[in-house]
Amino acid sequence: MTGPQMEESAGFDRSIIDYIQRAAATGLYEIRGLGAKRRVPNFDDLLFLAASLSRYPLEGYRERCATKTVLGTRFATRPIELAIPITVAGMSFGALSARVKDALGRAATEVGTSTTTGDGGMTAEERASSKTLIYQCLPSRYGFDPDDVRRADAIEIVIGQGAKPGGGGMLLGQKVNPRVARMRTLPEGVDQRSASRHPDWTGPDDLVIKIKELREITDWEKPIYVKVGATRVFNDVKLAVHAGADVIVVDGMQGGTAATQTVFIEHVGIPTLAALRQAVDALEDLNMRGTVQLVISGGIRSGADVAKALAMGADAVAIGQGVLMALGCNSDTYVAGGQHVSAVEDYARLGTAPGFCHHCHTGKCPVGVTTQDAALELRLDPAVGAKRLRNYFKTVNMELTTIARACGKQDVHHLEKEDLVALTVEAAAMAGVPLAGTSWIPGRPA
Amino acid sequence: MANLRPLLRRSEFDLAHDSLRDLNLYLHKQAAQDGVSQIEVKNPDGAHSIACGLDADLDVQIHGHVGYYVAGMNKHASVTVHGNAGPGAAENMMSGRVHIRGFASTAAGASAHGGLLIIDGDASLRCGISLKGADIVVGGSVGSFSAFMAQAGRIVICGDAEDALGDSLYEAVIYVRGRVRSLGADARFEPMTDTDRAALKALLAQSGLAHDPAEFRRVASAKSLYHWHADANQEY
Repeated sequence: MTGPQMEESAGFDRSIIDYIQRAAATGLYEIRGLGAKRRVPNFDDLLFLAASLSRYPLEGYRERCATKTVLGTRFATRPIELAIPITVAGMSFGALSARVKDALGRAATEVGTSTTTGDGGMTAEERASSKTLIYQCLPSRYGFDPDDVRRADAIEIVIGQGAKPGGGGMLLGQKVNPRVARMRTLPEGVDQRSASRHPDWTGPDDLVIKIKELREITDWEKPIYVKVGATRVFNDVKLAVHAGADVIVVDGMQGGTAATQTVFIEHVGIPTLAALRQAVDALEDLNMRGTVQLVISGGIRSGADVAKALAMGADAVAIGQGVLMALGCNSDTYVAGGQHVSAVEDYARLGTAPGFCHHCHTGKCPVGVTTQDAALELRLDPAVGAKRLRNYFKTVNMELTTIARACGKQDVHHLEKEDLVALTVEAAAMAGVPLAGTSWIPGRPA
Repeated sequence: MANLRPLLRRSEFDLAHDSLRDLNLYLHKQAAQDGVSQIEVKNPDGAHSIACGLDADLDVQIHGHVGYYVAGMNKHASVTVHGNAGPGAAENMMSGRVHIRGFASTAAGASAHGGLLIIDGDASLRCGISLKGADIVVGGSVGSFSAFMAQAGRIVICGDAEDALGDSLYEAVIYVRGRVRSLGADARFEPMTDTDRAALKALLAQSGLAHDPAEFRRVASAKSLYHWHADANQEY
């Protein structure tokens, strides 16, 4: 209880005092899952200028609005063709159970989009269920297998991820079960340390050669993606283009993780909004828009977010946390035998509650999504999960086309920056669009 | 860039005239079908990615120096370089045998899961980095940070090792004959057992080397970094 004599410090509030005292007691930093919780400028700070007298809208329920998306047209002889510009972001088997990876593949296949492996290799389940599967090549190279390179539909070289650009993978011992350990060539139960740099190349000049090697191994058939965590995005995108990427994935600071230091999640990287604008600027500077495709990720949640990302210049988005939430992450129940069963007590045992949970790192996910526990993972039925994720993606896609039609676009890829305004000065500066009701873009000549 | 035209049956490529693409495409998709098991490659002239991604029981002999990633991700094949190799020789090899008759640059055998990599001369920095089960035998010395985060497999070093050998090791084992400038974090010398000596003797024999296993020391992980704790050294 506070009163006139009890003034809480702005600089040393109770959460900071708790942090300092926990650090003093344990000597360890906090590790957790999901993404940044602090508020940063984001797509909510943008609005669409739909059609009116100066633009014709499309009839919402009658006129077609195309969503087909093609990625990897620059060099690959077999580009990726997707029905929608909404993809599943890279998430590992290890972070997620094999059943979840299976569910992601089923749903993605049903809606005509791609899924992506993660740190830890490709599971047979996700390859079988995913019509289009992107295979990540990460610094750790856990489970990296040329047979899977050949089985994949595209290769994604991961330089970094938005939750921890500059950091390596992390998986705590409670999730390193026998199968995960075998796939990653690690001792069971070890707190996995991972490299943050690739073992066999250093810097952009080497990346040119690494990409060529992957092209040779795949006989130039498969698109090569390069994924960067959002920091110096303008330069990184240019370097990735010069290195020969077909597709560039930029992951903003709101991107999720299965386990990372909180200090990393909250204090490293730039918001997705700013990252996207820098990436598009870089492609335009090189006259490479349309030649090298851009996928943006990091906190994408809704059809509005997707529409704004496409209007700013992305070719597609990748969703991670939203996908997990569609499966039941942070829900107060899970489904067993067709019935909803309360998971609230399990959240409480983790010291949290539905809506607040970020305990992916513990492996004790109350709804069976981010776990390797044999009993807990049964809480996610792949068929149920796939249905929920399919519904989510369909909803997001319908929202996207609703906005595109209202803006008079027959193709969601025709959305453009001119359709957007910003609600705040910060968002206007980051996104490079005018503050609503003005023609002012901060930092640009009037 | 993919060359889909059929190539004639051949057992020799001259990279002064033939393209790397034609060579790799032939090795990937046609050599085994043609019943060709031995392929000679002349004038590599430092080209990158020669014979990478092989997936057949082929014997590839490369006469000259090669660039990055020779025999990268090799499966089944035997690849011999009669010269020096650039970075990442036999990176992520799964099986088979890669023999560098000369010296190897950085990251030789990086993240290799299986097979045998033999380097007759010296290997540069980060030899065997992230090793995942392959065997590496180096006739000469290795550079700093060799076997960094090596997870499984064996590395035999017949010469010396520079700084931070075996830093952050998991379960890989190193046998070193010469001087070690320094061990990396969590690496330690351990007594050689009869099992070690037998394994080492076999690896040396496979590599055509006649050293006495008794001259080698064993380096393995102290496993103090296997679990997070406040006193772990995080500034190596």
